Amino acid sequence: MIRILRQIARTGIVSETPPEAEEAFRTRAPEIQAEVLRLLGRALAIRQVDAGSCNGCELEIHALNNPYYNLEGLGIRFVASPRHADMLLVTGPVAKNMEHALRIAYEATPDPKLVVAVGDCGRDGGIFGESYASCGRVSNVIPVDVAVPGCPPPPLAILQGILTAVTARTDDR
Amino acid sequence: MRIPGLNVQWKPLAGEVPAALAGAGEWQWTEAARLAREGGGRLVALWGADRRDLAEDADAYAVYAAYAVRDGLAVVELLVPDTAPAYPDLSGIFPAANRMQRALFDLLGLAATGAADTRPWLRHGAWPEGAYPLRRDFDASGLPANALTDYAFVRVEGDGVHEIPVGPIHAGIIEPGHFRFSVVGEKVLRLEERLGYVHKGIDKRFESFTVAEGYRLAGRVSGDSTVAFAWAYAQAAESLLGVHPPKRARWMRALLLERERVANHLGDLGALGNDAALAFALAQFMRLKEDWLRLSGEAFGHRLLMDCVVPGGVAADLSPAHAERMVTQANAVEAEVRELRTIFDEHAGLQDRFLTTGCVTPELARRLGLAGLAARASGQSSDLRADFPAAPYGELAVRKAYHPAGDVVARVHVRFEELFESLRLVRAVVMGAPDGELRVDLPQARPGAFGVGWVEGWRGEAFVALEAGEGGRIRRCHAHDPSWQNWPLLEHAVIGNIVPDFPLVNKSFNLSYSGQDC
Repeated sequence: MIRILRQIARTGIVSETPPEAEEAFRTRAPEIQAEVLRLLGRALAIRQVDAGSCNGCELEIHALNNPYYNLEGLGIRFVASPRHADMLLVTGPVAKNMEHALRIAYEATPDPKLVVAVGDCGRDGGIFGESYASCGRVSNVIPVDVAVPGCPPPPLAILQGILTAVTARTDDR
Repeated sequence: MRIPGLNVQWKPLAGEVPAALAGAGEWQWTEAARLAREGGGRLVALWGADRRDLAEDADAYAVYAAYAVRDGLAVVELLVPDTAPAYPDLSGIFPAANRMQRALFDLLGLAATGAADTRPWLRHGAWPEGAYPLRRDFDASGLPANALTDYAFVRVEGDGVHEIPVGPIHAGIIEPGHFRFSVVGEKVLRLEERLGYVHKGIDKRFESFTVAEGYRLAGRVSGDSTVAFAWAYAQAAESLLGVHPPKRARWMRALLLERERVANHLGDLGALGNDAALAFALAQFMRLKEDWLRLSGEAFGHRLLMDCVVPGGVAADLSPAHAERMVTQANAVEAEVRELRTIFDEHAGLQDRFLTTGCVTPELARRLGLAGLAARASGQSSDLRADFPAAPYGELAVRKAYHPAGDVVARVHVRFEELFESLRLVRAVVMGAPDGELRVDLPQARPGAFGVGWVEGWRGEAFVALEAGEGGRIRRCHAHDPSWQNWPLLEHAVIGNIVPDFPLVNKSFNLSYSGQDC
């Protein structure tokens, strides 16, 4: 135990300042009222769904949970069920074999809900595109509020995408 | 690279991998597997190609099996007529062939004669029975609507037995797949996996790229092994083009591969601690991993090192300033991980969860063909970096990690040992890399040219087979992830364990869904 405490003390606090929202990631006007968004922004539950990614985006979403980004300090946490979620964070081109599961997860998420597509594949199909096995971009299957470019996007960009989704547009304020 | 006792004409393949290709008849196809097995060989990959449009092989398909044998990689090719698209089953000799053969049927329509299990594997209903995406006359435009099909899980019956279905979407930031547990109380009687959910049609997608471009797609077969697959692809491309990457490029590739290994091992060790309720470990290891990825990103322009290895060389160089920081960082990470390892070793609760959990005995590992890191934790000794060292590994003398127990403790041990060895390699490569060119120009590929790549990634052997078509395009490319070999062993590892230990056992293997489904 003493070793654990010593290691914690030696490490100190490594958390960094969170980024600003990025309007360029937005794919459609917010459908949720500004007041509700502000509430969600203070306590946001996210269900991550890999709909067909190469797992690169998952690595960076995992990284977002490391102490540098202090996600829980911002009121954001990942939950185990779409029924507990305010937001779906979806990666990958949507594999045809995942199309049904993604639709069910979306339907199981209570309103008001947000969808953030992560990565080039989620945004426009990426290198996999549309094929016999791939539906391409996430918005081909469910409505998407914000899409974060990158292959994969680094944790800060993913965090920007999440924060953009829970921010009312500047001109709506 | 030859299977002793098999009377065929071996044609050596050029390039970094000691490999040879031989055409076989139907009888020799089975005989090759049997002789490879008797000689202690392993089945590395099994795939097929449509060759009906080629004048020299009119009306035929080809199936291929790649075996790891004493002196390298032996690839056996069997031509299969369009009139009877079938080949002899290999799963009786190499059990790992089962799912590969089912995938081959789903994609190309070639049946394994005599196979006991012929359920679909990658075809869930996105394309209909009787349509085969890898056939050259396949038309994706007229496909019927995506329809879910039922899957015939094996039922376990008896007093008190019930099923727990899990997935495809799992309760965490994990790739999708379906697990069907049959349990009595807390105890797992049987686990059956159904995978294929993230099948994206990668083999088919390769056909829309040229040989020079395909490395980007290869680097996305399994994102956590992007360097391993890009290097394996580059080896295959260089093999068929007859080019040799410059010396500095080879050293940079080794640096990239070892940095990928360290990053994944750091993440896994943290997650393993977390799955045994030591959240402290996750925070500490993920902090170290973040530092590691940030320096990779600064030095090479990509945190996960995607698109850094290209056919003919590398696309990124290491500046002297970054080289110095990498040595300093490797030293710092080593000191911290040694401290964390002591904490792991002294933590009674953690050891209690790890010991004897999820065991794969060396005998089972050998019989069923476990691969890579997990195999070394089950008393097997293969590591391509030491067995068939591509430059610069020959000069670096990689020390293999080893543990005979086959449980979670063993897989944690192997990760720590390989992490320390990779940190040594990172320092050695940074300090020993010669100056020089980074890449050579590529000639256009000759139609029909064939090459293979075979690289020891952090999880195990990444394998790529590549064939060029007209105009420098890819005619056929098959990428094989070692998860194909290891997923079936996870079903065995979990037998007799309690359900709450499954996440821990699963994490200790950390297999790729995308790499298997691709």
